[in-house]
Amino acid sequence: MPTYQLQDLTVRHLGGRSAPALQAIKLTIEQGEQLALIGPSGAGKTTLLATLSLSHKPSEGSFNAFGADPWALGEAARHRLRAQLFLAPQTPPLPPRQRVVTAVLAARLPQWSVWRALVSLFKPEDPQAAWQALSRFNLGDKLYSRVDRLSGGERQRCGLARLLLSPAKALLVDEPLSALDPALSELTLTTLREEARARNATLICSLHQVELALSHFPRIVALRDGRIAFDLPREQVTPEMIAALYQGEQPPASKPHDDDAMAVKLGVGACL
Amino acid sequence: MNRPIPTMPKPPARDWTIRILMLLLLLLIVASFATLPLKWREFFTVDAINSTMELLAGFAPPETSSGFLAKTFWASIETLAMSGLGTLLAVIFGLAFSLPASGRFGAAPRAAVRALLNVLRSIPELVWASIMLIAAGLGPLGGTLALAAHTAGVLGRLFADSLENAAPLPEQSLRTNGASATAAFFYATLPQTLPQMMSYTLYRWENNIRAAAILGVVGAGGLGQMLKYHLSLFQMPLAATVIIAMLLLVALVDGVSFAMRRALTR
Amino acid sequence: MTAMTATPSAVQRDPALRRRIFIIITALVILWPTMVVSEFKPWILFDEQSLAATGRFLADFLVPAHDTEFLQMLVRETWNTVAIATSGLTLALLGAIPCTLIINEQLSISALGTGRMRPVALAVRQTVRWLMVILRSVPELVWALLFVRIIGLGPTAGVLAIALTYCGMLGKVYAEILESSDAHASDTLLANGSGRLAALLYGALPEAASELMSYTVYRWECAIRGSVVMGFVGAGGLGQRMDESLKAMNGAEVSSMLLVFVALVALADQFSKVLRRRLG
Repeated sequence: MPTYQLQDLTVRHLGGRSAPALQAIKLTIEQGEQLALIGPSGAGKTTLLATLSLSHKPSEGSFNAFGADPWALGEAARHRLRAQLFLAPQTPPLPPRQRVVTAVLAARLPQWSVWRALVSLFKPEDPQAAWQALSRFNLGDKLYSRVDRLSGGERQRCGLARLLLSPAKALLVDEPLSALDPALSELTLTTLREEARARNATLICSLHQVELALSHFPRIVALRDGRIAFDLPREQVTPEMIAALYQGEQPPASKPHDDDAMAVKLGVGACL
Repeated sequence: MNRPIPTMPKPPARDWTIRILMLLLLLLIVASFATLPLKWREFFTVDAINSTMELLAGFAPPETSSGFLAKTFWASIETLAMSGLGTLLAVIFGLAFSLPASGRFGAAPRAAVRALLNVLRSIPELVWASIMLIAAGLGPLGGTLALAAHTAGVLGRLFADSLENAAPLPEQSLRTNGASATAAFFYATLPQTLPQMMSYTLYRWENNIRAAAILGVVGAGGLGQMLKYHLSLFQMPLAATVIIAMLLLVALVDGVSFAMRRALTR
Repeated sequence: MTAMTATPSAVQRDPALRRRIFIIITALVILWPTMVVSEFKPWILFDEQSLAATGRFLADFLVPAHDTEFLQMLVRETWNTVAIATSGLTLALLGAIPCTLIINEQLSISALGTGRMRPVALAVRQTVRWLMVILRSVPELVWALLFVRIIGLGPTAGVLAIALTYCGMLGKVYAEILESSDAHASDTLLANGSGRLAALLYGALPEAASELMSYTVYRWECAIRGSVVMGFVGAGGLGQRMDESLKAMNGAEVSSMLLVFVALVALADQFSKVLRRRLG
């Protein structure tokens, strides 16, 4: 049974704008496959990963995950399905003041009851497993550190260590290497691929580093302007195709950093 | 050369102060519930529930006879006037107090006036009203003075903090160029802090309208006095109208204050 | 060489002048009826009768009452005041936490992926929101008056009044604090299949916890002042005694109670500062 079957899929931006983010996507991914998603900024890679992780509802076309249409299911069933699909976003989704051990163990939340989750907040349930996951990314010694004491690259790997602890059958990773040097990038990709192979999980990884994509992933899917430019085994990808794909790419504009402190007016010395 | 096998780091030592604090808090909460003569059981007997339901049912429909509505309207105006005038007086006194409290006249006056301001604002409006009524007799005058006293404490402290945080350079350069202290204050420091001071004042007005509405309970006139009167006579529909009037008045003042604050920051 | 002379007509009128004059006139026009309606006659304070009453009262004021029986009562009532505030706030918390969870839009599972909630979920959220608005709009003294009528005199009325009003207040501010914090962590946990409560605990709470704690402790301090106020309508504690002493024009008792009260507020202020620093 293929993990994903997308046929003629259109996904629109949320919130009023009905401009399509993805158009006419046709994609079939078998269980256990490993593929890299490449393309210029703004091509729709993040949106595609969000759609595959059931965080973004497609507007037209057919979308099947594990053989069924997840958006035709009831809400509870769909939410259970989400536990099988792990999305690792580009910005590590780790609360700055949390300890690494708790942040990594949060991968198990879909299986935990509320009481277990609460207890584990105070006394982490399985620090051993968290440590092993972190060690695979060379972060074992940071087990009890606070997330905001880590460097950017360490935080990114910490987010991926969470992935190792989740039981998901499909791993969707968005730009895991943006803050890592070449050696760490190699280590990270190798670890991800080993993990995916060990559990026969599908691995879909979006990457900006095309050479790493070509060297690690047997299948390359390229997006441009919301459409699939090509979907080929890596042997058939030529440098000309890559150049055409990234032609005219603008460097991404720096996002204005929204740094507002949580300022709640304490009623200006009022009590009533 | 053998590399030592990495071992799992030890968890950090437990933080006892937080645990002790939490324990103390828990103790406080349990002791509070235990020592108070709370009548939970009586609250939940069938009798009590029935009488509560009867009482609550008695509130509807609220009284709408034109005579009573007129009375309520005038009481609302009285309450509104109390809150406005009280706030105005508080601004005047607060400004006056904020000058020594911001350290302009030295450290000793600052400490003394801040202590005074603390006393003024620690005492709630209602307590002030009860005290003021001794001198002012029944009626809204006592309420106005009570609001003024309490709010002067709050605003005095807020204004003083504002003045202290204002940039000193504009005033200093005026003084260096020969202006008197008073003139320099009015031309340099006060304009900096005025928008924030007005904003604080408007927030306090929102608070004071709520306070003014209930000061009548101790005899300071307005809606509060009507409410206490009618509740004591078990005239529920009348009381319901008064409560609705209170809510409308509060919503009105909140809206006006919001609009004025927005106009200030435009 | 002709000197440059500015003719008066060429000089522009000060654009702010007209508006300033208008504001001043409006203020004066509003001020006069305001003073009339609120019976603002401060000279009353200085007429013979008032002065005599004030004088008597203040004379008693100077020596606070300090006999043992009175002091014992004072300590007992001060503890009652603190107890009423603490119990009321605890109950308010028990109500506010579920309400916050319900109205929090960030944790909506039905909005995941579509950006729009199920109508039922939306309706429930709005209802709870409005309920909390009503709870906090009615002044707590009014609640206390009502409860005293229903349950009778005593601290239960005060505890319930605080519980209801502060539930509305805490719920609103908690929701604001959570909404203004970064949702990325909790969004991702939800997207990966965790439940709502777990996503809150692991995603949103670590950042918001200190702010939430700080506001709660501040409200506890407010509740202490509030419970004194409610004593004036019979809800027990220091306020009730103060009301009795004031009616009896017993300046000495009032003055010692005021002293105790100011000290209590200052202590609660300090305690809350320490708590906020340690738990934040």
